[in-house]
Amino acid sequence: MNQPLINSLRQGPDARGRFGQFGGRYVAETLMPLLLEVEQAYESAKNDAAFMAEWRRLLKDYVGRPSPLWLCERLTEHFRALAASPELGAKIYFKREELNHTGAHKINAVLGQILLARRMGRSRILAETGAGQHGVATATACALFGLKCVVYMGATDVERQAPNVFRMKLLGAEVVSVTAGAGTLKDAMNEALRDWTANIHDTYYCIGTVAGPHPYPQMVRDFQCVVGVETRQQILAMEGRLPDALVCAVGGGSSAMGLFHPFLDDKEVALWGVEAAGRGMDTLEHAASLNRGRPGVLHGNLTYLLQDQHGQIKEAHSISAGLDYPGIGPEHSWLHETGRATYVGATDDEALEAFQLCSKLEGIIPALESAHGLAQVMKMAPTMPRDSIIVLNLSGRGDKDIFTVAKHLGETL
Amino acid sequence: MSQSTLAPDSTATTPPRGRIAARFAALKQEGRGALMPFLEAYDPDPATSLAILRGMPGAGADLIEIGVPFSDPMADGPTVQLAGQRALKAGGTVAGALAMVRDFRRGDDETPIILMGYVNPFMSYGIERFCVDAAASGVDGLIVVDVPPEEADVLAPAAAQGLDLIRLVAPTTDEKRLPVVLNGASGFIYYVAIAGITGTRSAEASALAEAIPRLRKHTDLPIAIGFGVRTPQQAAEAATIADGAVVASALIDTLARSLDEQGRARPDTVRRVLDQVRELAEAVRARG
Repeated sequence: MNQPLINSLRQGPDARGRFGQFGGRYVAETLMPLLLEVEQAYESAKNDAAFMAEWRRLLKDYVGRPSPLWLCERLTEHFRALAASPELGAKIYFKREELNHTGAHKINAVLGQILLARRMGRSRILAETGAGQHGVATATACALFGLKCVVYMGATDVERQAPNVFRMKLLGAEVVSVTAGAGTLKDAMNEALRDWTANIHDTYYCIGTVAGPHPYPQMVRDFQCVVGVETRQQILAMEGRLPDALVCAVGGGSSAMGLFHPFLDDKEVALWGVEAAGRGMDTLEHAASLNRGRPGVLHGNLTYLLQDQHGQIKEAHSISAGLDYPGIGPEHSWLHETGRATYVGATDDEALEAFQLCSKLEGIIPALESAHGLAQVMKMAPTMPRDSIIVLNLSGRGDKDIFTVAKHLGETL
Repeated sequence: MSQSTLAPDSTATTPPRGRIAARFAALKQEGRGALMPFLEAYDPDPATSLAILRGMPGAGADLIEIGVPFSDPMADGPTVQLAGQRALKAGGTVAGALAMVRDFRRGDDETPIILMGYVNPFMSYGIERFCVDAAASGVDGLIVVDVPPEEADVLAPAAAQGLDLIRLVAPTTDEKRLPVVLNGASGFIYYVAIAGITGTRSAEASALAEAIPRLRKHTDLPIAIGFGVRTPQQAAEAATIADGAVVASALIDTLARSLDEQGRARPDTVRRVLDQVRELAEAVRARG
């Protein structure tokens, strides 16, 4: 028997890329040797001090890390005013990932993966994107390193995220509009996997979330852990203790995994993942894979999926293109089944309300993804003791979403 | 009440082991390779695809692959993707594909049938139950595209039901990895001729002439070549270099071209697909 580490929740995945039963490598044989190569290259890179130093240099001088931990005084006061008693109303902090270069947490893992692609001798980079944040981050890193970049984006998303499409083009990327299926993130990922299968020798697939075949869920998480590691240091310096709750929206779940992972063994820290409940979890239009799906295999991993009784994958729905995905990273499925993290939902309307509240009270326009997390904070904060602390991962900024929000509020821009 | 009266008696209904092995052995005697056409179950509707399936042996199919539709076929090009979408729209399911095989078996107990699909619909049906029902329906082998040897334990119930597990070998599979892929393979080996997705491009005969002998050093199982085999000449070449040729997208293209504007079969849809199977079969036999 292994001795002390057996109790840690931070050991996953196992050698087969599994977190409990979830994860794995469900891909066609053509891709399998390539995944083994990525795994080997990543194992060697993460133990190479020079590689990690280069990544950290980019995070500091190009991205602008560390991102601040911001005490939201006005939001805190707002929730205290709504609380049932003067003893209630938690203190709210934002982890300001929206201040990163390119405006979201995505760039953290993209830079790590682009350095890995260079190490593997690949000159052509693929990415899938929903909201466009991962596509913009990948196009940015490719511009920085002079690599060819092809971004697959569902046709529906190309339309609703026009500003990001233009950004990617400015950065020199080719944006391929995917019309297969419903033309959203899932279909974009299928096309990217097909492209990779056909262009293995010069191409690297830069996956934007903690899903896909092993080693991606682990690798993207490891790079995103910079979010949780900084949060831990910052909250200890500011409050002298760990927070009571961490909250983050989950689509594929990379921002949440990066925040949660360094705290998995701190049992006193509650972890809240917020799924997009769309028009309501009990309607047909949502993206709540954990709350309304069941385990199955899509995009190379076994995880909770939205699927019909015959095992056909269903289309997800969310006002937020970044959460509009019928699956979720396998480590989240495991945290859900073990009960270490709690996954709840926020509807389109709740997210819109949080979006406006955050803009007016803190002067921060959040991404619609992050607004789902804030919607959960709005529910929790007034019920928690006054001396408790909540940290929300403000994973992205909302400039890209103003057209969507304006439309929903009935305004014409 | 006796609980077993309605339950299928698996010992009585399981097909005799090895229709696939028997067919390849017979063809070896004849001195020629196999033609293995593909059809997507329920494309464009259950009756048309059953008629194509029933007509295939008469048109010269030696073995038949039936695709089980899936919403997200990540190893397939546009032709098979669209076939899957038509099939799903027509109500295609795992149970529907098995029912087609049972119907087919009423008139043909010899032509091997291989189901090809992605693991999620099988998992949703229940892998154990699927393997039992597939064997009882007259299926001989399974190709589960997104289950590489590393995840093969999920398909363990197949062997217990006498189903052959057909493994894919790709141009990217190197010498070191071959034994891993071949371990646990049965029926035949499916050589993926191109590093890419179905129906997009074709392999050079010279590349195949180099790859297949390399593969033979590692296995005694018959080898079939698929992905990018489109024309009678390519099928004949592949069936000569290896032991069989799989033709899928070229047949689906013919079917798709025969449909009306609403995507419905026309009176000549079945005939056009079977005529093409016949041309392919004639070329394969002429080379034999």
